[in-house]
Amino acid sequence: MIHATLKQLSQQLADKQVSAVELATGYLQRIDALNPQLNAFITVDRDKTLLEAAAADARRAAGLAGVLTGVPIAHKDIFCQQGWKTSCGSKMLDNFVSPYDAHVIEQCQAAGLVTLGRTNMDEFAMGSSNENSYYGAVRNPWDLAAIPGGSSGGSAAAVAARLAPAATATDTGGSIRQPASHCGVTGIKPTYGVVSRFGMVAYASSLDQGGVMAQTAEDCALMLSVIAGFDERDSTSLERAREDYSRDLAQPLAGLRVGLPREYFADGLAADVGRIIDNAVSELKKLGAEVVEVSLPNTRLSIPAYYVIAPAEASANLSRFDGVRYGHRASEYKDLVDMYEKSRAEGFGSEVKRRIMVGTYVLSHGYYDAYYIKAQKIRRLIADDFKAAFAGCDVILGPVAPTAAFNLGEKSGDPVQMYLSDIYTLSVNLAGLPAMSVPAGFSDNGRPVGLQIIGNYFAEAKMLNVAHQFQQVTDWHGKAPAL
Amino acid sequence: MSLSHQDVARIARLSRIAVTDAEIDAVSRQLNGILGLIEQMQAVDTDGIEPMAHPQDVSLRLREDVVTEPSRREACQAVAPQVENGLFLVPKVIE
Repeated sequence: MIHATLKQLSQQLADKQVSAVELATGYLQRIDALNPQLNAFITVDRDKTLLEAAAADARRAAGLAGVLTGVPIAHKDIFCQQGWKTSCGSKMLDNFVSPYDAHVIEQCQAAGLVTLGRTNMDEFAMGSSNENSYYGAVRNPWDLAAIPGGSSGGSAAAVAARLAPAATATDTGGSIRQPASHCGVTGIKPTYGVVSRFGMVAYASSLDQGGVMAQTAEDCALMLSVIAGFDERDSTSLERAREDYSRDLAQPLAGLRVGLPREYFADGLAADVGRIIDNAVSELKKLGAEVVEVSLPNTRLSIPAYYVIAPAEASANLSRFDGVRYGHRASEYKDLVDMYEKSRAEGFGSEVKRRIMVGTYVLSHGYYDAYYIKAQKIRRLIADDFKAAFAGCDVILGPVAPTAAFNLGEKSGDPVQMYLSDIYTLSVNLAGLPAMSVPAGFSDNGRPVGLQIIGNYFAEAKMLNVAHQFQQVTDWHGKAPAL
Repeated sequence: MSLSHQDVARIARLSRIAVTDAEIDAVSRQLNGILGLIEQMQAVDTDGIEPMAHPQDVSLRLREDVVTEPSRREACQAVAPQVENGLFLVPKVIE
């Protein structure tokens, strides 16, 4: 059962081979046994989980079940979930039990998915290593000395270690794809606006996008079909008809034009990662894909543009944490401003404070045009690069990160070094495109490496098709760490 | 350009984040490192480029001006640090 995919679990439930309560119990036991060494979950609540599972079984018995009713999954601790602590990895929200559900959670509940628990993450989704969590770093299940990636490191580690068959996640600058790559699971970040941001704790609102991780592309398609959809409570949610993201999985890849951006294979890409991506491209060629070279000339500018736009939006979004309506309040203060300053100094970790201060600076009087507007113009250049590239290809392939997972502590002292490792993921968020990470091999030191698939706007079904066909002829996604 | 300790203290104040004297050196160094990275943008000619705020360039929706949310004051205030008679309490601001 532990290695079963969502698709298999769904079948077992439909065939009455197993109940939702039995499934949830099995995963909870595994979480109890393995979470102490992985730290993938912030909150587990056995009673709540089993109540949800019992309700799912009742729904099945009443003939009201959907495909995924009774399947247990984990939620990133960024999605507000009524009655559950929603900490976002921060001391600021350590005492916050959400009074409402995010749209993503509502959709999962409506589908009858059972909540196994809430996964660890970099504080307020700011980080590429999961070392910025108030609850301590998550460990990579493949190598406990390695980072799992971030910010959705808990979700990726949970799926890799088979503590959950799937997990929700979010991606502002690579936070689904990079941990999925580092932990050897499949992850998808849809087009900006496809998944509602309502109830998803905001980091950088023009970039934040919810998505999922699972073992296979087929499972990601099932999950995305559940969580995607228009929601009027998110002002940037797109009014589009619901989609079945599984619809094209079986399509053959003959004639598929695959673009390889030369900037993604230049200096800075580790040799072992480059080899793995080359091998993956060869597999797709065997399936009939044609390879074309494309160029994304402004790729290197994605780092400065992102590290202006994201902190600027973060500084505005995180101004809501004032110690008045919810969240941490300092115990001693002399007046209102002192209360704000102390509550925020105590409640936020150092990376969050840095980004708030960078954002405050670039938005401050006299600097707005030089930084924020300039970054938005570069954002347009980056989006235009992709537009030109997609004129000649159907999907773009490349690495997710320049190296396999680095060691815990290796980059935590130098924020700029950490930011540079986001080079292959940031552009996608700036352009608002959908992208995936698909397991594609192992580095020289035995750590997983993912293949990034970038699609054009709303090409989720096409990307999932490519990933699924790749997974029919490879078995990287089926490998699990020995724990 | 490089931020002085005084600049950093001003940014911290605008951010409503207390930064102690012991921290300011390290914070200044890190902020200057990040700003150095950001400065790379200034070498790019972006004259005539339209700034991009939303990938689909959609405009904000309007809706009917009607009540859409019920009052959930009790549930929302259950997580507040200090409330009294349905009000959020803060230190005295008017003498």
